[in-house]
Amino acid sequence: MQDYRKIFFDGLWQQNTGLVVLLGLCPLLAVTGTLVNGLGLGLATTLTLIFSNLAVSLVRGVLRPEIRIPAYVLIIASVVTVVQLLMQAWLHDLYLVLGIFIPLIVTNCAIIGRAEAFASRHSPIPAVVDGLATGLGFCLTLVLLGALRELIGRGTLFSQAGLMFGSWGDVLQITVIPDHPGFLLAILPPGAFIGLGLLIAGRNWLNDRMARKKAGQRQVMPGSVAEQA
Amino acid sequence: MENKHTTNQQAPAWRSALALGLVAIIGTALLSGVNYFTRPLIEEQERRAVLEQLGQVIAPVRYNNDLHDDQYSFTDTTWFSSGQSITVYRARMDTNPVAAVFKLAATEGYNGKINLLIGINLDGSIAGVRVISHKETPGLGDAIEIARSDWVLNFDGKSLESPGGTGWAVKRDGGEFDQFTGATITPRAIVKTVKTTLEYFSARKETVFDHPRDAPRVTDQ
Repeated sequence: MQDYRKIFFDGLWQQNTGLVVLLGLCPLLAVTGTLVNGLGLGLATTLTLIFSNLAVSLVRGVLRPEIRIPAYVLIIASVVTVVQLLMQAWLHDLYLVLGIFIPLIVTNCAIIGRAEAFASRHSPIPAVVDGLATGLGFCLTLVLLGALRELIGRGTLFSQAGLMFGSWGDVLQITVIPDHPGFLLAILPPGAFIGLGLLIAGRNWLNDRMARKKAGQRQVMPGSVAEQA
Repeated sequence: MENKHTTNQQAPAWRSALALGLVAIIGTALLSGVNYFTRPLIEEQERRAVLEQLGQVIAPVRYNNDLHDDQYSFTDTTWFSSGQSITVYRARMDTNPVAAVFKLAATEGYNGKINLLIGINLDGSIAGVRVISHKETPGLGDAIEIARSDWVLNFDGKSLESPGGTGWAVKRDGGEFDQFTGATITPRAIVKTVKTTLEYFSARKETVFDHPRDAPRVTDQ
């Protein structure tokens, strides 16, 4: 019997791809200029993780260890291309904004990491749950970082929401700080690094606080980090 | 929890090849299928995206031809020294020429190409100018985007005659167009490209509208 609550807790918090395992940082840092961009890439990555985990789990008994990596690459590349075609067909404007970072999901180590560390050792349902949890964890990081940078850099949230939800999405934009003069540092790449650093620090602080409350009885993380690097 | 690293240890090599081949075939079949079903949708979306962009420089009510397909590309190194490929869309009302939209890049910006759409009415006045994409400095040069400032609207209605003479330059160079604080090179590059395009149009107006259209193609980004 799988402990689905543990899988979810691991993916979202304990082994969060963006904040703990630190995989897939290139797209994470590059597209998080706005919340909507982050959400778009996060959902595309989540979709990819769910289906690549499912496929890897289904073929796990068939593949010899020597050929498992090329097979995973084939599977992940196929899934990403399907996601890319679907986005081109239904979310074309968002696809144009995210551009190269959609095909580059293939190179996100988090996906092959989950295939190797989890999906290849578990049956399809836990594998799908793990894909969903890991994807949502990554998505959460992207959304938080995107929101942080957009808020500080432009003083808005959900700007350009029309890219994802069609023209009516534009009304979703919230101007938190009116007449914001624009703070470039947050929007440019350095802002991404600083923002990610702050998020990691925040997560560690929260994690320590939670751990201290639980008083002593808990396992430590570092082992799980090395496993996937 | 089973571990596959021990399950197939004795299997011969051809079985591995077969398994890998099967994964490849299934993946390819899946892709072909999805591609088959999404291709018409994607083409439709790309067409809509192009028409939406073109609609910003020439109002859709002013023409009734298929703007997306009535286009051709050319290179002309005597006018546009960069040797870039320039695409021209022709807007017509009941086959009468109305305006032409040039899709080209200003190459003398601060950082790489500034991709532009320049709409020119039949009488040689500007119908509209829009920046499609650029890599100018955020916060300084990006006021050329319609989302950030109204600067590109300054071109509307201008022509080679108005402003005449030295007017087609940024203010620092003695012309009519504002530069931005901290960014002169970006607007200067755009003003120059718009002016060159206007001159090209007035010299080649006949060929622009009579040139045979290119075969329809899938638009690239």
